Amino acid sequence: MTTNEIINPANLVYAKTKVMNDTPMHYCPGCSHGVVHKIIGEIIDDMGVQENTIGIAPVGCAVFAYKYLDIDWQQAAHGRAPALATAVKRLLPDRLVFTYQGDGDLAAIGTAETIHACNRGENIAIIFINNGIYGMTGGQMAPTTLHGMKSSTSPNGRTVPLNGHPLDITKLLAMLDGTCYVTRQAVHNVAGVRKTKKAIRKAFENSMLGKGTSIVEVVSTCSSGWKLTPEASNDWMVENMFPAYPLGDLKDL
Amino acid sequence: MAKVKGAVVVNTERCKGCNLCVVACPSDVLILNKEANSKGYNFSMMENPDDCVGCAACAYVCPDACITVYKVRV
Repeated sequence: MTTNEIINPANLVYAKTKVMNDTPMHYCPGCSHGVVHKIIGEIIDDMGVQENTIGIAPVGCAVFAYKYLDIDWQQAAHGRAPALATAVKRLLPDRLVFTYQGDGDLAAIGTAETIHACNRGENIAIIFINNGIYGMTGGQMAPTTLHGMKSSTSPNGRTVPLNGHPLDITKLLAMLDGTCYVTRQAVHNVAGVRKTKKAIRKAFENSMLGKGTSIVEVVSTCSSGWKLTPEASNDWMVENMFPAYPLGDLKDL
Repeated sequence: MAKVKGAVVVNTERCKGCNLCVVACPSDVLILNKEANSKGYNFSMMENPDDCVGCAACAYVCPDACITVYKVRV
């Protein structure tokens, strides 16, 4: 059977979800954002809630998420996504509301909003992309930057006396009574992509069941910020990020 | 034993040549093309189409959702 005979709609096993539009994404080649966007699109498609979903776009690289997924979006000011999501969900409780935030957004400027939204147990899902760096603004050190990790504002590596410790905010959020599901995943291989998809779906379902706040941290790469190829970034992440941010469920009620 | 044959179609204009699909492929089907697309990226293509089993590993890890996968039992 030739390749052209196999390429037939009857034999289709995987295609881009229709929730994701054809606009080319501005992310760097190999960026984890694209994979997570795709997963969110697929879940929304599977759940049949495209007309009923409101995403909160963050500040940072993923600010343009609203250009790529055909759902309703609001764009929040720096770090304020959980606060905006709170308002949207309380005014329109029948909608699926999620925020999509990076580590500079969620763990630095938006720490207060994140912690208080989680503590109040708002029925929202928070997708947290943690690549240990401020990607969009030029690779500056973030709260989640690892010990000894080089960034443009810590060229000799992060040191405890000068910069303090990496902030494991997901662990912190798991301690709050308002959260119902806190998990950490990664999308560096096929198994990781499948697990992350399952985790985000569960977070979305929890929010619709009114169980409280769900947080899905996705440990991600920033090949431009880390100055590595996408493939080497994945290896670097497995070697260095996973020991500091181990994958798995931190809380599941 | 039923044999599975697969094929992938890459949206060459959307592809950014990140190489993650090439790494993810268990059958070494994909390589990056020496030719570039209009944006200058060396897009991914099937080098050994006969080895493809349609597992869709490449499509799962593709950050730009540019791979469509087909599979048939022969």
